Amino acid sequence: MSLILFIEQALNGLQYGVMLFLMAAGLTLVFGVMGLINLAHGSLYMIGAFAAAAVAGATGSFLLALVASLVCAAFAGVLVEFFVIRRLYDRDHLDQVLATFALILIFSEGTRWIFGSFPLFLDKPDWLSGTVMLPFGIEYSLYRLWIILVGLLVAAGLFWMIGRTRIGIRIRAGENDREMIAALGVNISLLYTFVFALGAALAGLAGALIGAIQSVQVGMGEPVLILAFVVIVIGGIGSIKGALVGAILVGLTDTLGRSFLPSFFGLFLEPSSAMSIGASLSSMSIYLLMIGVLLFRPKGLFGGI
Amino acid sequence: MKLRSILAAASLAAMATGAQAEGVKVGMITTLSGGGAGLGVDVRDGFMLAVAQSGRDDIEVVIEDDQRKPDVAVQLADKMIQSEKVDVLTGIIWSNLAMAVVPGAVAQGVFYLSPNAGPSPLAGAGCHENYFNVAWQNDNLHEAAGAYANTAGYSNIFILAPNYPAGTDALNGFKRMYEGELSGETYTKLGQTDYAAEIAQIRASGADSVFFFLPGGMGISFLKQYADSGVDLPIIGPAFSFDQGILQAVGAAALGVKNTSQWSKDLDNEANVAFVESFQAEYGRLPSLYASQGFDTANLMISAVEAADVNDKDAFRAALEAADFASTRGDFAFSTNHHPVQDYYVREVIQEGDVFTNKIVGTALTDHADAYVSECAM
Repeated sequence: MSLILFIEQALNGLQYGVMLFLMAAGLTLVFGVMGLINLAHGSLYMIGAFAAAAVAGATGSFLLALVASLVCAAFAGVLVEFFVIRRLYDRDHLDQVLATFALILIFSEGTRWIFGSFPLFLDKPDWLSGTVMLPFGIEYSLYRLWIILVGLLVAAGLFWMIGRTRIGIRIRAGENDREMIAALGVNISLLYTFVFALGAALAGLAGALIGAIQSVQVGMGEPVLILAFVVIVIGGIGSIKGALVGAILVGLTDTLGRSFLPSFFGLFLEPSSAMSIGASLSSMSIYLLMIGVLLFRPKGLFGGI
Repeated sequence: MKLRSILAAASLAAMATGAQAEGVKVGMITTLSGGGAGLGVDVRDGFMLAVAQSGRDDIEVVIEDDQRKPDVAVQLADKMIQSEKVDVLTGIIWSNLAMAVVPGAVAQGVFYLSPNAGPSPLAGAGCHENYFNVAWQNDNLHEAAGAYANTAGYSNIFILAPNYPAGTDALNGFKRMYEGELSGETYTKLGQTDYAAEIAQIRASGADSVFFFLPGGMGISFLKQYADSGVDLPIIGPAFSFDQGILQAVGAAALGVKNTSQWSKDLDNEANVAFVESFQAEYGRLPSLYASQGFDTANLMISAVEAADVNDKDAFRAALEAADFASTRGDFAFSTNHHPVQDYYVREVIQEGDVFTNKIVGTALTDHADAYVSECAM
């Protein structure tokens, strides 16, 4: 195992984690502030990717496509919140799971109905293609570096908003006591719609960014949704900081496990069994991480109170 | 003696009523919703095109969506066999669904014609006289890729596939034919979408080429990320990741890649030229591998319907075995385990106008059957 390979894999893990953060941030806000389990978060990711693919196909501009993904996902979020989610705040978590699961089916088949059954094309723009040479002779994809940068900028923006602005104060207050801040004259339902739309927009952005290097197809959101839930459980529900740390932990564990566990087992096992044990163990690695964290911090790393 | 003659009379009567409900009833169980729907839609469209072109009005096709779920597929099969009373079942795309449905269906006397999945148990010890595979045995396209790797002179290849039965079959199939060294062998998670870690391993492994089997969206993700990684080793793979429905989503990242297939749209035989033209006219898109398999499956069935009555199982089976139809692949015959004996081609991804498609650049295997024939006691 060379150091260069290790650094490259660590960068890959960081990029994966930052992308997971964009998904998990919205999920943890909605869950923390509104107490709502939103399984349809993955559908918003898919909507972002499809909107970006459609706009990029029509205009050829990647930046416009990113804007479209934000707008469409946020708009879908507002609609969903207004027509469905609003009726679920006082209901049991099971009702919420059932209703948002129904939304997944509706969004998936609706998307298939509009865009057809075949995957869509979305590519990164020319100015982000190719690779760059990093110090120590590491050749790395420019687009992945750019995703890391965008993700970290979004994270910084969220921290600033939650910690330093009036709306952030209200969000944090709503998290602690929703009756009290309603009594203080804050329009709580508008606040909830805003939070939901914000989470949706972040998911849509993640979908568009990732859609450019993966496949834009129906059902693309659900695998990411599961990982995003793992992230917020590890990080502590409702905590943006927890989501960021959790996401990067999950990203690094998954990537490094995938790349180095098989060769690690190869040190003392024969190649074929090392391969299968390594591959199986690396698919379990993030769940093992989750168990480990929950054993010592049952509320997650930053799930205070 | 009396009882026996009554039984004989009753069964004759039953056969007579069966024959009166003339024609053949086909049950198609395929994937028409969710992420894998593109394949099912193509098989269905190819199949229905052939039925329409035959001009026969005595073929009734019942189509149902299995949602890519084995339990749903089994329920649909039971419904079709018991209440719809179909004579022939077809349509399943995925091997795990085929394994759930086919053994039970053929045991009830129904014919099953597979337009896509070819899991090894059904080709070997679990073969059945009523089961016919019109596509390929699962290992075949990978074996062809292994054979091509030899002729292309690759001697240190990196191979990867998802960690599930068809993935292990794929790598085993490849290794069965490939003669060089492996610089690495990796199983990825099924449904994985990020391949940065694997691509970094490929870069570090010192390989001279890459073979991968990543069906559906996994292949799209891999190819886009590979093209962006700066690794420029030649890639080979089975046709699944380079098919008509998928190539447009991969774009220029796939250009020049060699892939192995039993069919290509530029195969120069009469049946194929007519098929490609009529499919485009009917549906407004180029046909895929899966569409050609659906089309061939229907034509095989029609050839048997023309030669024999479906209620006379033995005659109908013999008519299927004869495979007396004009396949879009050219020569086509069944081996003793009812799996195809056919040629496998090497295709290259090219661009025609703004459409990405394939053209044939060579032949990988000629008159190739599969590795499980000898295990089939039929």
